[in-house]
Amino acid sequence: MAVVTGKSQRWRIVAAHVGLWVLIAITLFPLLAVVSISLRPGNFATGSLIPAEISLEHWKLALGFAHTQADGVVVQPPFPVLLWLWNSIKVATISSLLIVSISTTAAYGFARLRFRFKTTILNSMLLLQMFPVAVALVAIYAIFEAIGGVIPWLGIETHGGLIVAYIGGVAMHIWTIKGYFETIPTEIEECAKVDGATSWQAFYKVLLPMAVPILMVVFVLAFIGTIIEYPIASVLLREEPNLTLAVGSKYYLYEQRYLWGDFAAAAVLSGLPITLVFLAAQRWIVSGLTSGGVKG
Amino acid sequence: MTAKTTRSSKTQAWRYLFPGVLAMLVFVAFPLVYTVQIGFTNYSASNLLSEERARAYLLDQADVNENRAFGFSVHPDGDAVRVLLTPQGDGASGERYLSPAIALAKAATEPVAMQPVAGNPVLGAAFTLRQTIEQRSALMALRLSLPDHSTLIYAGLHEFAVFEPLWQAQTGGALKRLADGAVYAPNRDTGYFEDAKGERLQPGFKVGVGFANYARLFGDADMRGPFVSIFIWTVVFAGLTVLFSTAIGMTLAVLLNWEALKYRTLYRTLLFLPYAVPGFISILVFKGLFNQNFGEINAILDAVFGVKPAWFADPLLAKTMILIVNTWLGYPYIMVLCTGLIKSIPADLYEASAIAGAKPLTNFWRITAPLIVKPLTPLLISAFAFNFNNFVLISLLTDGRPDYLNTKLPAGTTDILVSYTYRIAFTDAGANFGLAAAISTVIFFLVAILSLVNLKLSQSNDPHKGGH
Repeated sequence: MAVVTGKSQRWRIVAAHVGLWVLIAITLFPLLAVVSISLRPGNFATGSLIPAEISLEHWKLALGFAHTQADGVVVQPPFPVLLWLWNSIKVATISSLLIVSISTTAAYGFARLRFRFKTTILNSMLLLQMFPVAVALVAIYAIFEAIGGVIPWLGIETHGGLIVAYIGGVAMHIWTIKGYFETIPTEIEECAKVDGATSWQAFYKVLLPMAVPILMVVFVLAFIGTIIEYPIASVLLREEPNLTLAVGSKYYLYEQRYLWGDFAAAAVLSGLPITLVFLAAQRWIVSGLTSGGVKG
Repeated sequence: MTAKTTRSSKTQAWRYLFPGVLAMLVFVAFPLVYTVQIGFTNYSASNLLSEERARAYLLDQADVNENRAFGFSVHPDGDAVRVLLTPQGDGASGERYLSPAIALAKAATEPVAMQPVAGNPVLGAAFTLRQTIEQRSALMALRLSLPDHSTLIYAGLHEFAVFEPLWQAQTGGALKRLADGAVYAPNRDTGYFEDAKGERLQPGFKVGVGFANYARLFGDADMRGPFVSIFIWTVVFAGLTVLFSTAIGMTLAVLLNWEALKYRTLYRTLLFLPYAVPGFISILVFKGLFNQNFGEINAILDAVFGVKPAWFADPLLAKTMILIVNTWLGYPYIMVLCTGLIKSIPADLYEASAIAGAKPLTNFWRITAPLIVKPLTPLLISAFAFNFNNFVLISLLTDGRPDYLNTKLPAGTTDILVSYTYRIAFTDAGANFGLAAAISTVIFFLVAILSLVNLKLSQSNDPHKGGH
């Protein structure tokens, strides 16, 4: 672009760089500070951003090993972080797989089949999803207590119940997959049907293999969405060994038992992989953002 | 297409849609409807059960009469057992009773009729203590009935005792206290069993109370005060969050779209980071950083200015902290949105304005801002609605504290409506689910209005759907 540049241009560029770096410093400060704190000895130490003395005690505790202090006192890990991480991954993986399979079939129905009230159903699903789940927590709690009376492994305090509760959040994913299916020409399935395939075979053997990339994307999105979910998990899970990471992490920072250093190590340990997955999936997430989804 | 194929394709469609639609109905739509319904009841810790279950609970209450206890021994009889009751105590005399053969493995429902025995009946060897302990849970389920119709239950490893219920069911669902004959009738307006003087029995039961929760919310001065303050703070919080995030996010988007600037991709990635870190972790990190005594932020403020603000104890500072944290969390989202929208502005507009000699600020106010404001508005309303209900932030950062003093129910100065309902329902001992659900219903209506406004706005933006 041939824009006439004035004399002030150079100064404005310098000012922009300086301003951006100041903002980046403010933005990154909490993230760098938490890494630094995880390496500092003790739970109450303050100090410079680059720790003067590096101690791996918090990391040992976060990874589940006991730590022996200089005075010989053995400190046991305060919380089962790895168990919580495993709970989170287990719940997120199973519910994401279910979400993907449910929303794929529904998306196929919406994209390819003709039936009445199609637009109405699609729109009302999207509207329903706008209601924040945090508002219906009382009802969700009551529902799962009632379910638990009949089917114990789906009640309160079970991972089965939590997984089932997460399945409700499929509307956005149905839209995403439906949009992808609509870019695939119908002729391909029609050819398969001419060759004698049933509708299910056309879906399962022809359309589905072509949609694998979008299914991976939806899986990653659902996975991130469920692994960071806090409100429902905080209502359904209360016992320490059952907690997911999102619910358990807050117990580090109780006024009476303030474990700042231990928290920092646990936060980096569990936050880093999720952040990396998120950054890797950023491209698709960003394209989904403009359609109105806000991350929790 | 013939009628037949139409029908089969219709059932086929439902087969594909069913799981997804069902999941939405059960776990999204139903909880919403159910919340509204709970809002019209007195469902709470003291009124948890249905009337039938509350009555059954009371009827199950019984006293064991230790004066009428029998020693017992268990004797095998084939696969089953027979229970022998012997009067207890030194030199005790009186009738002994023997049961017919009972299959202990099966859950006993009816009381077992005991027969008096004379002489010395021939029985198998009595269970040892260890065998008795092994059968303890089966024995505890037993009800033994004497010829005089009194019922005995297991009252320890060595005795069965007469079991005297405290309550007797009356017609019309009332309960009579056997000790003094007082009658408590169910009051289906208050949800309690009450006697003539209105004295209540615990537990109560769940009944519909009409608009009582709403009347309390808007009418009771003790409730209305905190409710109105919390509502105002919720709106201010959501509004200022969107304002600050938009100011920073949009400025960054415009700046990073400036082609004369180097390292733009690097900057964009670094500035996007707050969005990529899981929310529950970054919020807790801030909670630690803002800690009055051990936090890094106060360490810096203390070193530079010599002050240590009480971020969690002072209401105004707590609110400031929440806005700082939420702006940090929120601006990358707006930045990404604006970047996308700015990219879609035709470049020749800027070329034309450059020819006219326009300054950057003029470009922004005359070209960029007017062109992105329309598609941005529905997204900002969504962001407002999201923050209006940003439960995770408040719950993890301050948990609503510092609290208002002198309120019956816990209410915090930094509570927003959703975190307030959460506290009423799940952290207060009274667990007033009905009241919490009533507040949730109010929130539904507000969200529904926002969503409808949004739908109208985005439809009028979408060229495919017409509008104007």
